[in-house]
Amino acid sequence: MNRRTRFAAIARRTAWQALPTVLAIVILNFFLLKLMPGDAADVLAGEAGSATAETLQALRAKFGLDQPVLHQLGAYLSHLAHGSLGYSPRYDAPVLQLILSRLPNTLLLMGTALGLALVAGVVLGAVMAHWAGKWPDRVLSVLALLLYSTPGFWIGLLAIVLFSVHLGWLPSGGDATIGAQLHGFARFADVARHVLLPAVTLATFFVAIYARLTRAAMLEVQRQDFVRTAHAKGLHPLRVTVRHVLRNALMPLTTMIGIHFGTLLGGAAVTETVFSWPGLGRLALDAVMARDFSVLLGVLLLSSLLVIVANVAVDLLQAWLDPRIA
Amino acid sequence: MAGFNRRDFLVSSGVALASAGLSPLAYAQDATPKRGGTLNMLINPEPPVLVSIFQTTGPALVASSKVLEGLLAYDFDLKPKPQLATAWNASPDGLKYTFTLRQNVKWHDGEPFTSADVAFSIELLKSIHPRGRSTFANVTRVSTPDARTAIIELSKPAPYLLKALSAGESPIVPKHLYANGDPLTNPHNNAPIGTGPFRFKSWARGASIVYERNPDYWDAGKPYIDSLVFKVIPDAAARSAAFETGALDLGGENPVPLSDLPRLTQLPQLAVETRGYRFLEPLSEIDFNLDHPILKDVRVRQAIAHAINPQVVQKTIAYGYADISPTPITPASPYHDAKLAPYPFDTANAEKLLDAAGYPRKNGGPRFQLTHDFLPYGDMYRRQADYVKSALARVGIDVTVRSQDLPSFLKRVYADRQFDFTSIGVNTLFDPSVGVQRLYWSKNIRPGVPFSNAPHYSNAQVDALLESASIETDETKRVALYQQFQQIVYRDLPILNLVAPRMVTVANRRVRNHTVSAQGLEGNLADVYLSA
Repeated sequence: MNRRTRFAAIARRTAWQALPTVLAIVILNFFLLKLMPGDAADVLAGEAGSATAETLQALRAKFGLDQPVLHQLGAYLSHLAHGSLGYSPRYDAPVLQLILSRLPNTLLLMGTALGLALVAGVVLGAVMAHWAGKWPDRVLSVLALLLYSTPGFWIGLLAIVLFSVHLGWLPSGGDATIGAQLHGFARFADVARHVLLPAVTLATFFVAIYARLTRAAMLEVQRQDFVRTAHAKGLHPLRVTVRHVLRNALMPLTTMIGIHFGTLLGGAAVTETVFSWPGLGRLALDAVMARDFSVLLGVLLLSSLLVIVANVAVDLLQAWLDPRIA
Repeated sequence: MAGFNRRDFLVSSGVALASAGLSPLAYAQDATPKRGGTLNMLINPEPPVLVSIFQTTGPALVASSKVLEGLLAYDFDLKPKPQLATAWNASPDGLKYTFTLRQNVKWHDGEPFTSADVAFSIELLKSIHPRGRSTFANVTRVSTPDARTAIIELSKPAPYLLKALSAGESPIVPKHLYANGDPLTNPHNNAPIGTGPFRFKSWARGASIVYERNPDYWDAGKPYIDSLVFKVIPDAAARSAAFETGALDLGGENPVPLSDLPRLTQLPQLAVETRGYRFLEPLSEIDFNLDHPILKDVRVRQAIAHAINPQVVQKTIAYGYADISPTPITPASPYHDAKLAPYPFDTANAEKLLDAAGYPRKNGGPRFQLTHDFLPYGDMYRRQADYVKSALARVGIDVTVRSQDLPSFLKRVYADRQFDFTSIGVNTLFDPSVGVQRLYWSKNIRPGVPFSNAPHYSNAQVDALLESASIETDETKRVALYQQFQQIVYRDLPILNLVAPRMVTVANRRVRNHTVSAQGLEGNLADVYLSA
């Protein structure tokens, strides 16, 4: 089977698996959300600190919350079939517009964090595996354990205290300097300054996992025959480590990254909150607190799509890394 | 000089604050205001809309009041000052309020502001504002004999009406933009057009709201700053850090945890202000469910009152930022009954009352068990709930503290009534008719309505007193009615009132004149300037 047909087969398989999955996710989410006590009108009235029965009723009518539950589900699915994610009564804006305004921020943060975690994790893991049992391995193992067990928000807050408050090097929050009309490199530098701390914070946990994973996978590969052959050929040990061992050890890593893509969305809510980063995680969190179901359903739907896309990408990547996978 | 109300009832309401020796002008006199600069102000949480005509959450009021103005502004003593109205007077029977409107005021889109806007807005407030529905309930019509006169006509007197016309509470919206279509979904709710000192520029959801100076503002020369940026910072520790780094200049309504205040106030650039919250006047209390088989016995409630020390709530729970208030009308109000002292902290007496109520200690074990819910707003009420648990353990009541998020809490207490007693905070607002009556009036036992009569307290005498006070135009008689009311609910104890928390504004010292009225940061900030 040539490469193109292999890729096409993977894409086809994913498509017919994804559609029912997404539909099930939507319906399941809808009922899960309906199980939460209180609704958007309660929240608005509670935040307002006062209400009358009439204003509550008006709010419920405006949100469509006075309709039977199945009717609401039907209305949502019908909107969805027409390509609309619905309308957020709380934000007075289409859900799609809300999500699209946050998505680039989240992708930037996640991409940077995942990239950092991957590079740092693989390098650390390779170093640990190369000197397995020696002092670099021991020191880095302790470091990885520390990163793994420290909560992200705490690292984030400490990073703010150190780099923003005491040293004054980096901004303490936000995604860009507000009101600054920057272009070109100045704009890039501004965004980079803002994304650095949250991305590093978000990455710490995954650095630890990827380092451990890379180390374990490499040690396993090192014992295999072809590695001994490579050494016997007289190849430089570093070349053996990188070309023969590392490449084969990347397989479990790519699987994990696919899974982590979903986890990162969840983990991002905390980091986004600490760093006032206007991303999807926070939008979802706010939507939960506000019982803004249409926004939450939209975010969950999009997240599930993102996870599916990430998994397809991983499948394709693995097919490329290892020709034996069809 | 503005035409003052003949009966002048507002003067007395100012005594409490004025006697505290606060001089609102102290700041204003220290230098001549400087033009220019950007003020970075906290907005937390992010408001759902920027217009407060149907949304009264604090941040919406803060955002709205800079763009949309009210008929009146207020001194620290709640005495009305001109804003869109330059003069006003009430008829002797209290049934007619005549407002003379400011001339040559333009909306931000260039249209002229007229009495038609006022009439339209008052009627809109009456139909869609969460409080306006009751505040303006007696309004029969708003007549507009000419473009600069608006007359509010009432079926019954509303002695609190003149205190309810601030920009945040009762914004005047442009009729030409709101008359058509559903006001709740009007696009200008997210991009307001008003008469105020600041114009809406942009709103990046989840990040910031940017306002810019209105160069054509009717108060020539103001505002002093070029732009006003509201920053959304959801994490409390990150807000503290933002004040430290200078990313935030100003934030109100306890912008940082009270536990952070001692550290932040050590910093030379930061200052704290507690004035400017008279329109909110929060009150921390414990609401009892009077349908509960144990708590319906007044002796049990009195025992709980004796077992809880309000000084601990004031000093430890509220870090000293609170006044003890054993009655629902707080000491800041002219209607407060100062003769009522808190139930003495006396655990022996509490135990005696519980024994008498028929709940003896069961050989060393607790007398009975209760579950305590708290309002999940900030951390004050959680801390209060923890204290209630430990305080009641001493008199043999075993309390379980239960936590949940806001909608769950509201549904539990007001809709499902699945609660025993709660630690809760309410805003008692600028007048008892608007802020306190709703908590004790039996006609406000409204299932599912937050901050209604949660205990299900029903007392015909209290109802009569509240109803009389809400239409009493004679100030002395009104005070007497409210004092009688306070004495009865103090004795009946459907709600144990503890303290009136003092809200805190944190500001960089370069920000001057941010708090110049009772409205505080819900004022229009036209006077704010940044010193060098």
